[in-house]
Amino acid sequence: MGPSGAGKTSVLRAIAGLVRPVSGRIALDGETWFDAAARVWLAPDERRIGLVFQEYALFPHMTVRANVAYGGETRVDELLERFRISALAGARPRELSGGERQRVALARALAREPAVLLLDEPLAALDAHTKAAVRAELHELLRELALPTIVVTHDYEDAAALADDVGVLVDGTLRQLAAPAELVAHPADAFVASFTGANLLRGTARRDGELTAVRLESGEQIHSADEAEGPVGVVVYPWEIVVGAEHDGGSALNAIRGEVRSVARVGNRVRVQIGPLTAELTEASLDRLDLAPGRTAVASFKATGTRLVRL
Amino acid sequence: MAFLVLPVVAIFVHVPPGRLIDQLSNPIVHDALIVTLRTSLVAQALILLFGTPLAYFLATRRFPGRAVVVTLVELPIVLPPAVAGIGLLVAFGRFGLLGKHFGIWSLLSFNWLAVTFAVMLVAGPFYVRAAIAAFEAVDRDLVAASRTLGASPLRTFFRVSLPLARSGLAAGEAIALARGIGEFGATIMFAGSLQGRTQTLSLAVYAEFDRNFDVALAISALLVVLSLAILLTLKVSVLWQPSRQTSPSLFARFGSS
Repeated sequence: MGPSGAGKTSVLRAIAGLVRPVSGRIALDGETWFDAAARVWLAPDERRIGLVFQEYALFPHMTVRANVAYGGETRVDELLERFRISALAGARPRELSGGERQRVALARALAREPAVLLLDEPLAALDAHTKAAVRAELHELLRELALPTIVVTHDYEDAAALADDVGVLVDGTLRQLAAPAELVAHPADAFVASFTGANLLRGTARRDGELTAVRLESGEQIHSADEAEGPVGVVVYPWEIVVGAEHDGGSALNAIRGEVRSVARVGNRVRVQIGPLTAELTEASLDRLDLAPGRTAVASFKATGTRLVRL
Repeated sequence: MAFLVLPVVAIFVHVPPGRLIDQLSNPIVHDALIVTLRTSLVAQALILLFGTPLAYFLATRRFPGRAVVVTLVELPIVLPPAVAGIGLLVAFGRFGLLGKHFGIWSLLSFNWLAVTFAVMLVAGPFYVRAAIAAFEAVDRDLVAASRTLGASPLRTFFRVSLPLARSGLAAGEAIALARGIGEFGATIMFAGSLQGRTQTLSLAVYAEFDRNFDVALAISALLVVLSLAILLTLKVSVLWQPSRQTSPSLFARFGSS
C-alpha cells in the first residue's frame, strides 16, 4: 500500500519477472526466481504466477472462454462456473462491464494454477457503486483460495478489508509491515499515520510529569501518553474524537475549539471538519448537536488516543 | 482533383474498350503478365517471410544502434530507383562485388530472379516500416499478460502480437505489392527488359510506348485495374479488424521510433 509512484506496481512486476531488478533476491517456497548475486533469473513464463493487471489486459481478439483457457485448459469450465461468467463464455471483452472483466481476469490468472496471486489495484478501475460489493467478493475469494496473495492498492480501506498484513511503501522504502489494526494503533511514522486516515497535526513536545505536552503549531497545548521530545507529528483518528458545544471534561484531556469548516456524508457516517481536525460522527449526533459550517464546536480526545510519531 | 483523376480516366477513354481488350491477347502482354505475377508472388512471399520477424524484432527490442538499423532498412524508400538498380548491379552482377568472388551470383543478372531481387529491395522496406508501426501499436500489457500466463515469446508472437497487428501488416503488404508491381528503374538496370524473362508489365509499357502505343495503353489500363483491386481489397480488409484495440489507418503511422 502506498501513494502513486511509491513503487508498488514495480514490486509486483519484479515478482512477475516483467522487470529485472539490479540487486536482490526473489524466491517462493524454496524456489529462487531471481538472485542478482547468483545470477539466477527465471522468465515470467517459467514462474508459477497469476498476475491481474490494473486494466485487466484481457485479449480483445479472443472470447472470454479463450482468454481464460490461455493460462491452462484443465479448469476452464470450473473457473467460469465459480466466477459466474459461464453465460459470458462466448462474449468479447469489449462487451463486458468493469466487474465482469475483473472476474474474467481473475479466472484467467487462476487457470494457470499459480503458486502466488498478484493483484494490481484490483478495485481502482471500478466505480464507487461496484467497489464495495467487489471488495467483499474478493475478500471471500482470497479466503477460499488460501493462496499467497499480494495486493497493491493506494486505499487503506481496501488493504484493511483484504489483507492479513499490510506493507506501507513510500518512495521505494518499506515504512512498516504489520496487521491493519497495528498500523492504526502504532503507526511507525507520519506517512503511515496519514495513510490510515488519521488526522496529523504538528507541534513540539516536552515531558510534563507522566505525560508529554505538545504545543501545536496552531497554538493550543495538548497531552499525549506517548513519549517524545522535540518536533513531532500528532496522530488522532477521526472516530476517536468526541464533538460537543463545549469541553465538558470527562476523561478526555485534550480539547481543540474551532470553527466547523465542512460537513460531509460518507456512507452512514458524517465527517465534520472542526478547525484542523476531522471528526467522524453519526447523522443522529450531527442533528442533536446542530452542527453546521460557521458554528463553533469543541473537538475532544483522550491523551491515550493521541499518538506521537516522527515527522 | 481533376488533375489527379484526368490522367487515369484518359487511359480508358482514349481508345475504345474493344481495342483494349483485343490487345490483351498480344503475346507481349501475356508474357509480361506472367513475369509480373511470378516475380511478385515470390518477392512478396520472401518479404513477408523475412520482413515480419525483422519488423517484430525492431519493434520490440531496444538496443544500441537500433536507430541506425531502422534507418538502413528505410533507406531504399528514399533512394532513387535507378540508384538502387546500379547498386544491385555492382553488388550481385557478374562483374560486381559478389559476382567476382562467387560465380553463383552471376546467375542472378538478367533473369526473373534478378527482377525478384529488385522488387524485394524497393518494396520490402515499405512493408517492414508499416509492420514495425503495427507491432509497436500492440498494447505492451497484453504481451506481458501472455508471458505471465505461461506463454513463451514464440507463442506470444503467434497468439497475441501477430493477430493484433494483422490489419497494419496487411496495409503495409498492400503498399509493398503495389510498389513492387510498379517497379521500373531498378528492374530495368539490374534485370534488363527481356520479353518473357524479365519484362514486367511496367517495363512492357515503356517498351511498347513508341512501338505500338495501343498495346502500351492496354497494359496501362490493366495496371490501373490491378492497382484499384489492391486498393479496394485493402479498404475492405481494414474493416475486418480483430478488435478495437488498435486502429489501423491506411497511411497513418508511417514513422517508426
